[in-house]
Amino acid sequence: MKGLSLQGINKTFGKVHAVRDVSKDIHSGEFFTLLGPSGCGKTTLLRMIAGLELQDSGRIILDGEDITGLPAIKRHINTVFQSYALFPHLNIFDNVAFGLRSRKVPGAEVNQRVKDTLDMLELGEMTKRFPHQLSGGQCQRVALARALVNEPKVLLLDEPMSALDAKLRAQVQIELRRLQQKLGQTFILVTHDQDEALIVSDRIAVMKDGQIVQYGTPAEVYDFPKNRFVAEFLGSANLFEGTYKDGRFHTAIGIFELEKPPPWEKGLIAIRPEWIRISDTEPAKNGLRATVTEIIYRGTNLDISLNPGPVRLRTSTYSRIKIGDELWLDLAPKEIAVLNG
Amino acid sequence: MKKINLLLGISAFSTMAFLYLPLMAVAFFSVNDSKYGLEWKGFTLDWYTKLFENELILHAAWNTLVLALVSTLVSTFLGTILAIGMDRFPWPRKMNAAFDMIMHLPVIIPDIIFAAAMVVAFGFLRTLAPVFDPGLLNMIIAHITFQTAFVALVVRSRLAGIGKEIEEAARDLYADTTYMLMKVTLPLLTPGIVAGAMLAFTLSLDDFVISFFTAGPDSITLPLYIYAAVRRVVTPQIHALSTLVLLVTIILVICMERITRRVNKK
Repeated sequence: MKGLSLQGINKTFGKVHAVRDVSKDIHSGEFFTLLGPSGCGKTTLLRMIAGLELQDSGRIILDGEDITGLPAIKRHINTVFQSYALFPHLNIFDNVAFGLRSRKVPGAEVNQRVKDTLDMLELGEMTKRFPHQLSGGQCQRVALARALVNEPKVLLLDEPMSALDAKLRAQVQIELRRLQQKLGQTFILVTHDQDEALIVSDRIAVMKDGQIVQYGTPAEVYDFPKNRFVAEFLGSANLFEGTYKDGRFHTAIGIFELEKPPPWEKGLIAIRPEWIRISDTEPAKNGLRATVTEIIYRGTNLDISLNPGPVRLRTSTYSRIKIGDELWLDLAPKEIAVLNG
Repeated sequence: MKKINLLLGISAFSTMAFLYLPLMAVAFFSVNDSKYGLEWKGFTLDWYTKLFENELILHAAWNTLVLALVSTLVSTFLGTILAIGMDRFPWPRKMNAAFDMIMHLPVIIPDIIFAAAMVVAFGFLRTLAPVFDPGLLNMIIAHITFQTAFVALVVRSRLAGIGKEIEEAARDLYADTTYMLMKVTLPLLTPGIVAGAMLAFTLSLDDFVISFFTAGPDSITLPLYIYAAVRRVVTPQIHALSTLVLLVTIILVICMERITRRVNKK
């Protein structure tokens, strides 16, 4: 198989079980993201792929070759570190050339490849500067160039945006996505930022307590969270507890129809705030009469809380809603995600 | 408030005076054209020129320099690899605490105890080989033993400052251990190694106690010479000699300060 295959990876630090029995195939050319809160084991998993940490059990296969026991210097995998870890005593050119020179690539080829990579990342002017003379965004691009110049089979990115300010981060995320699509290389990103994961990824694996709790495309993971953790970690969600009987879901605030019968009798459903529509008349199905209790103006939209519930919904700023208004809410069955637990 | 500020200023100034007046007095008398008295008889550099005609003093200066240079070179090498070994090898956590203690012990232990231990150790070694008779070799070995700890402490703190991620980045970029040491670790460590070496050199240059207990008749150093001379009579020549030693120490301390500051800025 082309790509990276993780098979039953386990890692413990003392009493902490950091990574529990993780198995996943990452296809060649895919932008794969490990998303989760701090301490969920995502960085540990990344370090094991890089060869900087040794797993307790499990195997790692890269393009059909077992690299489980190989140290970092023997793996055709490169990393962009969270702090970038640029060499402060080397200028930008020498930083980027490091990986080629340590493998004794001939000088002329080093010059050409470093120059091409720096040009691609618009760093051509910076070759003689030192890391401490660059801005955060430039340092990040140098770290990217230093890894990419080696043409790795897999590029690992360990929270590469965490040191950038919010505006720059949004821009860099899109650039990173474009770069990956242009190069067609396998990128594996570790992040705790759900927006970032949704923007850049082909596939997302959401991690919690050392396990992958959900895996899929950004739309699959966002639209149909499988459990409470994913529903709440990615975006926000209205969660309703209840029982399923006589073909309908009974909650404290009302009775709703679901698209498919859930696999349980008692459980949770989730509905994203932006999917709830406001209606003047009672909708045909799943209507809910509610009173506005709070309005938060967010510039691009309004976040509204209503009773009973409380139900939170997101609507455009055009709507002329006031506190105390009574509205019909349309909780369409196809917008309701059924959670496993 | 103003009153407190004034008091603070006065006490700071008197402390400085307390520390530096005796030193300035030595420098003052070293250029005073009078052999005994405490009154000013005019400026002269005679005492300095006489210094350089005194065979004993020149010999002692040579011994001091050889001792400081050789012991510094060896202890810098040992201290550096000791620090790298302690910081970078994945020791269990408990070992790290033990290392800390072992490293700090030679720094805080009283010189006199250390020197007495040296006498015992060399006394034993002497029964095995006559090279361990009191003399320059013994002094060099004794100086290395306490300098190594100082060098290792300085280098180790620099290593901690560099952090491990840089070295992981080097490994990730296909550098084997030798290449990583030569191209990444040692270049980044150089300021720490130089600062450690200068500290070691200064300590050796000024050491009296340990030298006193390990020196032989032919390996008198400047501190030992000054001590012996002062016991007879304090001459302006000794003032001149002390002033020179003081100057060299000050220059070394300033250099060390500069280097450490440059490192911290990076």
